[in-house]
Amino acid sequence: MRYSHKVTLAASGLLIVCMAASMVCVHQVERMRAGATLEEVLYISSPKMLKRMSLGYSGLLADIYWTRAVQYFGDKHRRGGSNYKLLAPLLEITTTLDPQLIVAYEFGANFLAPRPPNGAGLPQKAIDLVQSGIRSNPQEWRLYYQLGFIRYMEENDYAGAADAFARGSTLPDAHPWLKLLAAQMAQHAGAWDTARMLWVTTFTTTKDAAIRANAAAHLRALQSDRDVMALQVFVDQYQNDTGHLPRGLSDLVSAGMLRGVPVDPLGHPYKIGSTGQVEVQSPDDLPFIQKGTPPGYAPPQRPKILPSD
Amino acid sequence: MAAIEILDLEKTYSVGFWRKKHKCALKPLHLRVDEGEIFGFLGPNGAGKTTTLKLLMGLARPTGGSARILGMEVDDPRVKAQIGFLPEQPYFYDYLTAKELLEYYAHLSGVPAGEIPGKVGRMLERVGLRDAAGVQLRKFSKGMLQRAGIAQAILHDPKVVFLDEPMSGLDPMGRRQVRDLIEELREEGKTVFFSTHILSDAETLCDRVGILHLGELRSVGTVSELTSGVHEKVELTWAGGAVPASLKALGAEVHVMGDTTRAIVPEDKQDAAIDALRRERLRLISVTPLRASLEDYFVEQVKPAQATAGARS
Amino acid sequence: MSPRIAYIAANTFREAVRDRVLYNLIAFAVLMSGAAILVGQISIDIERLVVVNLGLTAVSLFGVVIAIFIGIGLVSKEIDKRTLYTVLSRPVRRWEFIVGKFLGLAGTLAVNTVCMAIGVFAALLYVSNRFQRSDGWVLVALYFIVLQFLIITALALLFSSFSSPLLSAVFAFSLFIIGSFSEDLRGFAAISHGVTRWVATLAAYLVPNLSALNVIAPVAHQQPVAGQLIAFNTAYALVYTGMALCGAVLIFERRNLK
Repeated sequence: MRYSHKVTLAASGLLIVCMAASMVCVHQVERMRAGATLEEVLYISSPKMLKRMSLGYSGLLADIYWTRAVQYFGDKHRRGGSNYKLLAPLLEITTTLDPQLIVAYEFGANFLAPRPPNGAGLPQKAIDLVQSGIRSNPQEWRLYYQLGFIRYMEENDYAGAADAFARGSTLPDAHPWLKLLAAQMAQHAGAWDTARMLWVTTFTTTKDAAIRANAAAHLRALQSDRDVMALQVFVDQYQNDTGHLPRGLSDLVSAGMLRGVPVDPLGHPYKIGSTGQVEVQSPDDLPFIQKGTPPGYAPPQRPKILPSD
Repeated sequence: MAAIEILDLEKTYSVGFWRKKHKCALKPLHLRVDEGEIFGFLGPNGAGKTTTLKLLMGLARPTGGSARILGMEVDDPRVKAQIGFLPEQPYFYDYLTAKELLEYYAHLSGVPAGEIPGKVGRMLERVGLRDAAGVQLRKFSKGMLQRAGIAQAILHDPKVVFLDEPMSGLDPMGRRQVRDLIEELREEGKTVFFSTHILSDAETLCDRVGILHLGELRSVGTVSELTSGVHEKVELTWAGGAVPASLKALGAEVHVMGDTTRAIVPEDKQDAAIDALRRERLRLISVTPLRASLEDYFVEQVKPAQATAGARS
Repeated sequence: MSPRIAYIAANTFREAVRDRVLYNLIAFAVLMSGAAILVGQISIDIERLVVVNLGLTAVSLFGVVIAIFIGIGLVSKEIDKRTLYTVLSRPVRRWEFIVGKFLGLAGTLAVNTVCMAIGVFAALLYVSNRFQRSDGWVLVALYFIVLQFLIITALALLFSSFSSPLLSAVFAFSLFIIGSFSEDLRGFAAISHGVTRWVATLAAYLVPNLSALNVIAPVAHQQPVAGQLIAFNTAYALVYTGMALCGAVLIFERRNLK
């Protein structure tokens, strides 16, 4: 069969032109609808309706929404966002579709409650999410743990936290520390010890990489704060003894107060700032620290709390 | 015993969305075919031939009358084992090979499993498809499909064979082969009932024919019985292109071909025509009687009704 | 059972295979492989969850699509190709034809499901390197999916026995979707009144109860399936399939074939 060369050329050329043109059009439309991301498209106002529409395949749909929720948070975080307004709806949809997806409630507890840029700043939503989880999974100790966690961390609600930890501790396979935490709440025990215990529990019991990285960052911050406070005592002592501030921590070593210059959890040595306060080398690398930052320091818009940071 | 007995068999379809309108596909049909006969069922398209066959096969239910094959009612399951059927323009299962197709049908017809390979092989040989036994039917030509169709119709050695337009779409070779096959079936003592609108085939093959038109059986009989009543015709040829006016008045069909002219006149007008030519001093070349054909009879039967049908519609 | 039914069933199976229906397994294999590899990036510990959810959902949806697409042509295709006439002019009863066709397609789907099950378990093994006892419940979920196929096939065949392929497809898909809602439909019937209540209740009981046959979510969370549910679903599927097949036979027996 002889093919007409003219037709072949014309049709091929036209095909390529149309393909290029359609790509350009798509690109233009994308720019015009700036801000309309996939997440906005996926957001359905009624999770119950979505569950109905899923025709019994809600498990898979829940997994898809869960993936999107994690990626949404990661993307927004990477772009320095302080507005995670879709995180709560996405997690609500996920947990409506699959009420037994415990990790989704955990994610909500860890990233919905804290204030931006570390989270969405919606502790009440986080509590609501976790409580709906408890209604669907009354035997799941992790959810009670998360509830107590939020109440303590974000709302300073000692009594509520104690109650949640206590109830959780009676459940099968509960982490042995829940009883301790309940007791510590009841006694208004030291914030640092309690915080450390909570973050260690979170770190060791979660399987989610983001939650774990976040917990690790908190633990590093706690360690750093304690180190800074302890070093400050030595610095003050030195000043009392010698009447002037040490130039560096090595002075304290020479004075026999320290065996060596201590390093922060990232391996960088602490230093003494201009005002005579102990400081960390690079505060940007240690989010959540409350001590050891230079005066006038503002934490970055993009705190390094996720594994991708 | 009659092979096929059709008693006032009638079929009316209710058409339209509300099933209010009625379409009569077959008026009460009365027909009898004896064993060992080859019977041709003729008629134009839409006459009701296929409807009749479907009623006989039990594929559709009659709205009146009944039919018997080999003495048993048409819907008696025992009948099915004794008959073979080739539908019109079949496609068959195009994903099967010829061998697989025949094996499948043999199983369904209740041929004992042990006999099947032998029977299938012989049948393929007989219809000339032995070399194509392993070829999928989707690659078959029309002629090959038709032959496969006949093979499946006679595979289980039925007593009565029904063929719906068995020659349709075949080339002259193919038609010859099918004709020969049908003759062989008659020699084997089988009854063959086939429908066609190719009259020349019916003329050479059939013991008797029936002509169906607009659902009505117009006539039944042997070919010679039917054509004997037809007006004989005579063909005259003469030199030159002149056509006498009086010849035209006799109602002749005239063809001028180069330097000779040919005219066909009814037999009883033969002398008047020859006189007309002699008067004009035209040189007569030949006078040939034409044998009446079935086609003439057929057209004659069908035309008046078609005219009235045309007037009605 | 007459041997003719077996031959018709075998031929129907052969047709499906030669029409390359089983190539869908390739698409399924690609899907499962891709998912198994990618899923590790989502979250540790829910890989099994995702593999089971995705695998079983794919088995179910692929199978329903095949059941409907082939089912709607079971009778109409034989009429178009005029093969039905050659079959029914033989000592084959009309009901034998219907049952044979049904068994052929059901068998095709069962074979297809077995192959897919192997794929799902292979993916499970890949993501977690070992099997757990709770994986046995995945087999139960697969069994329920096969029961679902029986029902859908019977319905597609029912529609094929009297209507065109396009309409049959529409009806069959609609019943599949409504059947997945049947739980909600019953709930709706319970709270409505008057004529609506009557209609809704009737619909809720006539429509296939596909929501009970879907245990993908619980099995993905490694929860057991109650023995009672297994017994009930088996009985229901058999009875509902029987109902649809009887309907098909009744309609087909009376049908005038043009």
